[in-house]
Amino acid sequence: MIHPFIFFEWLEHQLHLHIGNHVTYTWLVMALLILVALLVKRNIKTVPTGLQNFLEPVIDSIENMIEETMGPKGKAYFPLIATIAFFILVSNLIALIPGFFPPTANLNTNAAMALTVFAMTHIVGLKEHGIGYFKHFCGPVIWLAPLIVPIEIVGHLARPLSLTLRLFGNMYGHEIVLMIFFGLVPFIVPLPMMLMGVLVAFIQTFVFMLLAMIYIAGSLEEAH
Amino acid sequence: MEFFAWCVVAAGIGMGLGSFGTGIGQGLAIQKAVEGVARNPGASGKIMTIMLIGLAMIESLAIYVFVVAMIILFANPFTDTVVQMLSK
Repeated sequence: MIHPFIFFEWLEHQLHLHIGNHVTYTWLVMALLILVALLVKRNIKTVPTGLQNFLEPVIDSIENMIEETMGPKGKAYFPLIATIAFFILVSNLIALIPGFFPPTANLNTNAAMALTVFAMTHIVGLKEHGIGYFKHFCGPVIWLAPLIVPIEIVGHLARPLSLTLRLFGNMYGHEIVLMIFFGLVPFIVPLPMMLMGVLVAFIQTFVFMLLAMIYIAGSLEEAH
Repeated sequence: MEFFAWCVVAAGIGMGLGSFGTGIGQGLAIQKAVEGVARNPGASGKIMTIMLIGLAMIESLAIYVFVVAMIILFANPFTDTVVQMLSK
C-alpha cells in the first residue's frame, strides 16, 4: 500500500538489482543533502546571498534550540542532531512527490537513527561522568536502587523503540491514508491529506530532534 | 475464512479504541497549553515546545495501535497456520 509506481524500484528492475526502496531513496536523500552542502560551501560570503541566505536562519534556529534545551554543553552535539534533522525532514518531504518513497516509512531506516541516538546518549554519559554515570540508574536514595534499576533499564530500552515506531507509524500511516483516499476518489480529495503530510513531516522532524536533544541532555546532567 | 474477517474487525475496533483515548488525551493537553498561552503570551515558545513533546508521547500510543493493526492486517503471523488448517 504505497505509491503504485516508484521510480527507483522501476530503475532497479531495469538493472536487475535487489537493493530495496528505502536504501535507494536514502542514497538519494544523502546525495541531495551533500550536493546542497557542497554548493553552499563553495562560496560562503559575509553578506549571504541565494541558498546561503536560506540555510543560515535554519542552521541558526537549530543552534538556538540546542542551546535552549541542552545548555552551553550541547553545542558539541550540533552536527549529529542537525544531520538527523535535515535527513528526516528531506526524507519526509520527499513522500509528497509522486513516484518517491520516503525512507522514513521503513522501520530499518528509523531504527538505525534511533539506535545511533541511543548509543550516543550512553557514550556521552560514560564520557562525561565516568563510572559515576551508573548513579543515573540508581534513583535518589541508594536503598531504592533495586526497585529503580529495572524500571530505568526498561525505560531506557523503550526509548529507541518509541523513537523508531513513532516516526515509522506517522510516515507509513500517512502513506496508507493517502493511498486509500487516492483509491476512493483520485481527484482533489487526497489534497488535504497531502497538506497534512507537510505538517506531519515538519512536526515529526521537530519531535525526533527534540527527543534526541533531551535524551543526550539527560545523560549530560549530574545525577541527583 | 472467519479468522480473517475477525482480524479485520479486531484491527478496526483496536484502532478506534486507541485513537479514542489518544484524542481525549491530546485534547486535554492542548486545552491546558492554550490556557497557559492565554494567561501568559510571553511563554508561548516554551509552552509550545513542551506541548509538542507531550503530544508526541501521547500520540505514540495511537501509533503503537496502528502498527499492531498493520501487523494484523498485512503481516499476520498466524496466517500460514490458519491456511494450513483450512486446507486440511
